[in-house]
Amino acid sequence: MRTVRFTAAGGTEATLGPRRRVRAPRGRVVLSASAVVAAVLASIPLVYLVVRVAQAESAVIVDALWNVRIATLMVNTLGLVLAVSAASLVVGVATAWLLVRTDLPGRRAWLVVSSLPLAVPSYVAAFGWIATTDVRGFWGAFLVLTLSNVPLVTLPTVAALRLSHAASEDVARTLGRTRWQAFIEVTWPQIRPATFAGVLLVALYVLSDFGAVALMRYQAFTWAIQVAYESLFDRTLAAAMSVVLAVMGIVLVAAERRVRGDQARLGSMVAARTAPVPVPLGRWRWLAHGGLALGALLSLGVPLGALTRFLFLRADTSTAVRADALAADALSTVGLAVTGALVALALALPIGILAARFRSRLASVTEAASYLGLALPGIVVGLSLVFFALSVAPMLYQSIWMLAFAYGVLFLPKAVGAVRSSIAQVEPGVEDVARTLGSTPARVWTRVTARIAWPGIGAGVLLVALTAMKELPATLLLRPTGTETLATSLWRLTSGTAYAAAAPYALALIAVAAVPALLLTREVAGGKRHPEETL
Amino acid sequence: MTRPRLAALATATLAALTLSACASAQDDTTTTPAGNASAAAASDNSFTLYSGRDQELIEPLIEQFESATGVNVDVRYAGTTELAALLQEEGDATPADVFLAQDAGALGAIAKADMFATLPQNITTAVPAGFTSTDGSWVGVTGRARVIVYDSEQLSADEVPTTVAALTGDQWSSQVGIAPTNASFQSFVTALRVLEGEDAARTWLEEMRAKDAQIYAKNTPILEAVNAGEIKLGLINHYYWYRMAAEVGADNMRARLAFPEPGDAGSIVNVTGAGLLKGAAQDADALAFIEYLVSDAAQQYFVDTTYEYPLIDGVAAPDGLPALKTLTNPELDLSDLDTLGQTTELLVEVGLL
Repeated sequence: MRTVRFTAAGGTEATLGPRRRVRAPRGRVVLSASAVVAAVLASIPLVYLVVRVAQAESAVIVDALWNVRIATLMVNTLGLVLAVSAASLVVGVATAWLLVRTDLPGRRAWLVVSSLPLAVPSYVAAFGWIATTDVRGFWGAFLVLTLSNVPLVTLPTVAALRLSHAASEDVARTLGRTRWQAFIEVTWPQIRPATFAGVLLVALYVLSDFGAVALMRYQAFTWAIQVAYESLFDRTLAAAMSVVLAVMGIVLVAAERRVRGDQARLGSMVAARTAPVPVPLGRWRWLAHGGLALGALLSLGVPLGALTRFLFLRADTSTAVRADALAADALSTVGLAVTGALVALALALPIGILAARFRSRLASVTEAASYLGLALPGIVVGLSLVFFALSVAPMLYQSIWMLAFAYGVLFLPKAVGAVRSSIAQVEPGVEDVARTLGSTPARVWTRVTARIAWPGIGAGVLLVALTAMKELPATLLLRPTGTETLATSLWRLTSGTAYAAAAPYALALIAVAAVPALLLTREVAGGKRHPEETL
Repeated sequence: MTRPRLAALATATLAALTLSACASAQDDTTTTPAGNASAAAASDNSFTLYSGRDQELIEPLIEQFESATGVNVDVRYAGTTELAALLQEEGDATPADVFLAQDAGALGAIAKADMFATLPQNITTAVPAGFTSTDGSWVGVTGRARVIVYDSEQLSADEVPTTVAALTGDQWSSQVGIAPTNASFQSFVTALRVLEGEDAARTWLEEMRAKDAQIYAKNTPILEAVNAGEIKLGLINHYYWYRMAAEVGADNMRARLAFPEPGDAGSIVNVTGAGLLKGAAQDADALAFIEYLVSDAAQQYFVDTTYEYPLIDGVAAPDGLPALKTLTNPELDLSDLDTLGQTTELLVEVGLL
């Protein structure tokens, strides 16, 4: 932690120093120009959506947006967002407290178990629930999304609790506060930024979730956009609704950035760490075990159980899976995701380098543009790029390039994060030494900076690819004709209730999603990474 | 100094992208060049099909066609209504050469948008009038009757309503399954609008909603729910029952079919059909496929595999079905079902979509 901060500070100082200023100004111009181009490209989905809506007659837009249905959708979506966020907040903080502050036996194992739901994409979990139970609608969507999202609150809260100053709570207790009062008055303010950042990510996830709400047939914005787009009367309605959803997403991301800033400031204030005395649970520990086990049963047991059951059931019927089809889908999934990850990398390099090495207004603006990928739901990006390709770039329509570009935009924040942190880790002093030894700036870059930063960037690209493999809504809209991915095949099979055939696809997707989830949870729980990277 | 680095980087990225593009293009022979179907020669041994019919049903037939002709078919599978909407959004830029739809209304909507080329007479005359377009813009492929499916353990055959109007009765409250997103249900609603008028259709939908009609994604789950006794009645197409009967045995099924009285919107016979997009007017492969769909081989495939009504002479309907002629409604022209847009709008307004 300390080394990173030191390096970052060194970097800032160095950019101000005279030595830096003579360092290849032409290179910096090219870098800035590339970053601007990347930022412009990343803004295409949002900009073109607005263009498309602006082209329609204003009366149509007003009709489309100013009616009872939009109000209903708004209430439905916001209701779901609030309910899931609140439930995740309560369950997540309670879980984190049990895992950090108590003497619960097997806390390490429970931490792993309670982060595992991140490995189950929400629409796969929803599939497990609809295939085995009657739960549908609001409660179905609420249940599935809460179960899959609680770790987004648990993990950062665990990290914050570990860093928090437990001694102050003891002081509060000696001053007569109850354990609950002491927690609320002393500890809660310390963990609040981390917890809230997690909760906002949950809200963002619920807002943009498409697969789970559609499978649960809950009338949320994303599903309504898809229905409007699929209906014959007017795609302008779909576009107008997408703009509303995009605005909601941008507001949430802006809020999340703010809270995260607070978190960073607070984190630096934490001075001393004493190992807190764990709260003895006594007989309550059975209740704690029971609660955690129930959570694991609902979030992991139900979907995995359903999938395994269907895997061995009715294997001889007409809906049985064809191994060659599964293999072909897996192959195209990997091909598309890798292409998308490389597009994300190409866009992320200039933005990330600029952000890591040359803090400026331009760097902030281009970095902010990259966060659009986090704010725009997949369905919005997909829809906008359909419109964009048809009217501006028909050659790219339904080509893998347009889909790869959509992945690039959607997962740009991850890629920029990887590039920025990897470059920032390279101490400028090392570069300076290479320069004094006679290397040209270009050589310093290839021999020193790139070489040190590359493993981190490569890992980031891998994570982007793994995340892109489970993307559903944009893939549905943009996939080349004849190409199916694991996610789109699962989608097709579940909407035809071919559950037995869908099960292998769902399991394959869990395998894909498990890798980044498991790789990152340790670091998120240790406070070394932000939970958004596990999304 | 930095330029070579960036250039090298760009080249490397591009190379990697191209490589992965090749890899993914190879595995399923995709990446259709957009919008050049008309520029293609008469036959390039490949065409693009937008299929509103399920992959599981149509893929074996496409494979038969591919091995018989050596033509490669790129298929985009999605809902019929969704593909009709997509075709309208794409307009002239559409990469599709053939549109195979499970609903006459969607075909009519594309014909009305003037996106279909006129089919040659030898194709259109193979199918009797009433089951195909009136102007040769598309051709009917199979017939499918709308039916009421009922749970025979809770209801006797004479208790089953004979009109859809009777479904709004109190005794059927929360006992009727419908699938508003399904193209066949939507074309039934269009028929209701055409036959009974807009207001009657809206009233019926609102009453169904008020009586808590159960919403399903597709026909199959409705049939499964009736067969499990979860609901008493459902509105589906006839062949779903036959398909399930073939899998589990007709004797093992609680669900039974009732054909609503002739003339009722609930008893319409809709068709699946295919049309040739204008850009593919000169595409011999696409045309050969449409011709194949109304050939003996393909029609027999539909009879044997999907239990639909064949539409050409010389191929017999599946056993146990009432004759197609007894179900035909002379009052209804299938071409009038092309106002799908108003139907989806109505469904949204009453809150069913």
